[in-house]
Amino acid sequence: MVRKNLLLWLSAALVYGFLYVPLVIVVLFSFNDSRLNAEWVGFTWKWYGKLLHNREMLTAAMNSLIIATVSAGAATLLGTLAGIAMHHYRLRLLPLLVLAPIAMPEILMGVSLLVLFIMMNMTLGLVSVMLAHITFSIGFVALSVRARMSGMDPALVEAARDLGASPWRCFREITLPLLMPGILAGGLMAFTLSIDDFVITFFTAGVGSSTLPLQIYSMVKIAVTPEVNAVSTLLMLLTLIVITAASRLSPTLFRGK
Amino acid sequence: METPDLLEIVDVSRHFDAFLALDKVSLHIKAGEFFTLLGPSGCGKTTLLRLLAGFDQPDGGDILLDGKSIVSAPPEHRPLHTIFQNYALFPHMTVAENIAFPLRMAGHAKKDIQTRVGEALENVRLPDKAGKYPDSLSGGQKQRIAIARALVNRPRLLLLDEPLSALDAKLSEQMQIELINLQKDIGITFVYVTHDQSEALALSHRIAVMNGGKIAQVDIPSRLYGFPNSRFVADFIGKCNLLEGYVRDQQGECVTVELDGLGPVHVCRSEVTLAAGSRCALTLRPEKIRLGRSSAIPGASDTRTSMSVAATDSPLDDESHFTGHVHDILYLGDVTVYIVTLANGVQLETLLANSASGRTSFFDVGDRVEVAWSCDAGHLVQD
Amino acid sequence: MQRKVCYKYLLSLPPMAYLLIFFAAPTLIMLFATFRYAGEYGGLAPWYLQENGRLTLDLTLENWQRLVATDIYLRLFVKSIGYAVATTLLCMIMGYPLALVIARSGRKYRDLLLLLVILPFWSNFLVRIYAWMIIFSPVGALTRMLNGLLDLVGVGPVTLMYSPTAMIICLVYVHLPFMVLPLYANLEKHDLDLLDAAQDLGAGKWRRFWLITWPLSLPGITAGSILVFIPVLGMFAIPDLLGGTNGIMIGNVIKQQFMESRDWPFGSVLSIMLTVTAVAVVLLGARLGQGRGGRG
Repeated sequence: MVRKNLLLWLSAALVYGFLYVPLVIVVLFSFNDSRLNAEWVGFTWKWYGKLLHNREMLTAAMNSLIIATVSAGAATLLGTLAGIAMHHYRLRLLPLLVLAPIAMPEILMGVSLLVLFIMMNMTLGLVSVMLAHITFSIGFVALSVRARMSGMDPALVEAARDLGASPWRCFREITLPLLMPGILAGGLMAFTLSIDDFVITFFTAGVGSSTLPLQIYSMVKIAVTPEVNAVSTLLMLLTLIVITAASRLSPTLFRGK
Repeated sequence: METPDLLEIVDVSRHFDAFLALDKVSLHIKAGEFFTLLGPSGCGKTTLLRLLAGFDQPDGGDILLDGKSIVSAPPEHRPLHTIFQNYALFPHMTVAENIAFPLRMAGHAKKDIQTRVGEALENVRLPDKAGKYPDSLSGGQKQRIAIARALVNRPRLLLLDEPLSALDAKLSEQMQIELINLQKDIGITFVYVTHDQSEALALSHRIAVMNGGKIAQVDIPSRLYGFPNSRFVADFIGKCNLLEGYVRDQQGECVTVELDGLGPVHVCRSEVTLAAGSRCALTLRPEKIRLGRSSAIPGASDTRTSMSVAATDSPLDDESHFTGHVHDILYLGDVTVYIVTLANGVQLETLLANSASGRTSFFDVGDRVEVAWSCDAGHLVQD
Repeated sequence: MQRKVCYKYLLSLPPMAYLLIFFAAPTLIMLFATFRYAGEYGGLAPWYLQENGRLTLDLTLENWQRLVATDIYLRLFVKSIGYAVATTLLCMIMGYPLALVIARSGRKYRDLLLLLVILPFWSNFLVRIYAWMIIFSPVGALTRMLNGLLDLVGVGPVTLMYSPTAMIICLVYVHLPFMVLPLYANLEKHDLDLLDAAQDLGAGKWRRFWLITWPLSLPGITAGSILVFIPVLGMFAIPDLLGGTNGIMIGNVIKQQFMESRDWPFGSVLSIMLTVTAVAVVLLGARLGQGRGGRG
C-alpha cells in the first residue's frame, strides 16, 4: 500500500540524497586530475596508478585481507557453536558475553585489549589485531546462526532421528545444510567488519603493522591526496561485491535488527 | 482368535513441572490394528505418542514392544516411524532423497535403495516426483511422500500425529479412505492421534478416548458410540442428549429410571448393575429419537394415527413418549436438526433426513411435536 | 540425558572461553588498572612492590580523585552526552520518514530501498568521514559558496570544518542506518487496518500519525536510539578529524591518555566511566521499552 504523501516521499528522497552524495563525491574526485579535492579539472587514472605502486598501501591491503580471512574463519567457527548453543539451551553467561561486545562502544574494547596484550607481554601486530577482530565478530555470527536456527522447523530434526539417524548424522545431514546460509552470511559479515574496522585496530595494531583503514587515517591526517579517494572507491567496490554475495545466500539478512 | 499384543503401555506417567500430562496410562495394542488415541487438546494423546516415538521419556511406567522394553532406546533405534502433522519433509533434499533417507541410515546398498525408493513412489502413485523438491508438492502429495518415507524400511509400527488436520474437508475424506486401504494392504499397525471423533470412528479398529491424562474408554467404534461409559465419552463422541434422573429399580437388564421432571422410562439391555436411588444420565443419540406431529391432547398414547410423518423404525413393545414443541430448526442440507423443548423445559436435539423433495423441514418452529424412543435406544452413564 | 549435557558444554565452552579471556578479562583488568600508578615510561606500573622479600600492594585512588577534582571531566562527559543526544535526535528526524516510506512501499521495492540504505553503511567508516572532510574543506565548493553568500550580507567568512556542527553532521551520517533499520523493522509490523479504521472514524493525516503510528513505533525508536547513542558516545575518530578544539568528546581524551600521554590508569578510569554511562543508558532504554507495554 503506497500512500501518496508528497511531503513524506520528498523528505525520504532528500535523506537518500544525503546518504549518497558524499560517497559519489569521493568516487568522482578519485578520477580528478588535481591534487585538491576542490573542483573538477579533468579525468585521469593516475591516482589508481600511484596506488598500485604505493608499497605501504599494498602491504596494508594485504594485511587487511589476511586479518579478515583468518578472523572471519575463527569467528565463524566460534560464533556458529555459540549460535547453536544459544538456540538450544537456556544459557545465561554465554549470550551476555556474545552480545556485549556488539553493544559497547568500540573504544572500550580497543583500550582494554591493549592493556591485556601488554600485560601478556605480547608484541602488537597482526596476531593481536586478529584476536581483537575475532572477539567482536563472534556476536554477529552467533546472531545470524541463531536467527537461522529459530526459523528451522524442529520437526525436521525429530523426523531424521525417528527415521534412524544418530544425533551426529542428524546434525551433519539435516541441521548443518539447513544452517549453512546463516553461517556463510555471518562469516561474510565478519569478513566485512574486519576489513572495515578502525577503532579497535587502531589500539591493537602497534607500531609496525597497518591495515587499510589505518593507512587511510594516517593519510587523511598527514597528507591528503586523491590516492585516498582511489583506495576508498576500491574498498567500496569490494564491500559491494561481498555484500551482494551475502544477500544472495541469506535474503533476510538485512530485514532489520 | 487371540492376536498377540504388539505394543504394551504399562502405567505410563509424565508430568511437566506441576502439570500431570499422563496419569498411569495403560494400553494394549495388537499387531495389525488401526488404533486411535482420541481426545480434546491437552488430553495427553500427543504426549503419549511422543513417548512411543522416543522424543520424550516417561517419568514412570514402561513401554514394551514385542515384550521388550523400549523406554531406554533413542528414537533412531526404535523400529517405528512417525508421520508428523506438517509432514517434516526435508526441504533441502529431493523427494527421492527424502524417501531414501531411512534406508541410508540403515546402511542399505545403493542399488537396493534405488529399487525400493522406486517401489515406494509407485505405491503412493507419485513416480514422476522423484527429482522434485518438497516445496513444489501439494498438501496431499506431501502427505503421501511422508507416508512412503516412513514405510520404506518396513517398520513394525507407524505413529500418525493428526496427519489430516492440515487438509481441507474433501481431501481429508479422500485421504481417510487411502489410509484405511493402505493399512489393510500392508497390514502394519497404526497408532493414530486425532481430536476429530468422526475421523476416529471412520478409520479405527479400536479407539482409546483420553481426557485429562487418563484413558476414559477403550473400545471398538460402534460400542463407544452406542455404549459410552461416562458423560464425557457420550458427549465427546457424536452428538448426544443427556437426560438426568435417578435409578428407581433394576430387574436383570432392564432398569427403570425416573427422569427429572419427565417421569419414568425403561432402559433395557443395560450391561451394568446400578444401585437403586443413585443418580444417572440417559444418553440419547438424536437419530434414535422418533419425531412426529402431536395431536391436540397432550400425552396422547395412540401415536400411530396422529403422526403424519414417522421414522422408519418398527415400533417396539416398550417405548417412551413425551410431548413438546419445536424450539429451533437447523437446516444442514442432508438432514435438518430440530431442537425440541419438552414439558419440563429440557431441550432435546433430534434430526430427520430431508427425504421429501421440495421441503427443507417437516416442522416449523412452535409446532407441537411428540418425541419417542425405544427402551434400547439409550444408554445409562453414571459420572 | 548424559548425552545432552555433553553437547551443551561442547557447544558453549569454546566461544565462552574465548570471550572470557578476550572480553571479560580485559574489562576486569582495566577496572583493576584504575587503582594503579602509571608506569615510568607510560603504561602501567607494577601493582606490587618487592622490598626485602616482602610483597606490598602499590595501589592508589589518585586516578579516581583526579576525575572528580575538577569539573573538567564532568563537563566533558556532559558535553559528549549532549552531542550524542543531538545526533540521536537528528537521526530520528531524518530516519523516520525514510523508514516510514520503506515500510509502506510495495513488496517489490522494499528490499531494494533497504539495500540502498545499507549500502553506504557498508562503505569503509573512514571513507565516510573523509567524504565529509572533502565537503567541508575550506577550499571546497560548499565553503566557498557559503562564504560568498555571507559576504553579500556583510558577515565574515566561516570555516565549516573543525567545528561541532561538522562533527555532528558526520556523526549523523555515519549512524543513520542504525536508526533506520530497527525503526523499519517495527513499522513493517504495523497493522495498516488500524489507520484505515481511524480514518473511517474521522481522524486526519497528522492525527493518525500522532495517535496511532507514533506510539506503536516507540519500541523501534527506543532500539534505534540506543544503537545510535552508545557508539556515538564512544566516538573519537570523527571528533578527531572534524571536531576541532570545540568538538572534543570523551573518546578523544581516552585515546589521548592511552596513546599520547600514556597515562593508562587515568585512561582506564575514563573508560570505566564511559562503560557505566553506556550500561546505564542500555538499562534505561530496556526499561522504557518494557514500560510501553513491551510491544514489538
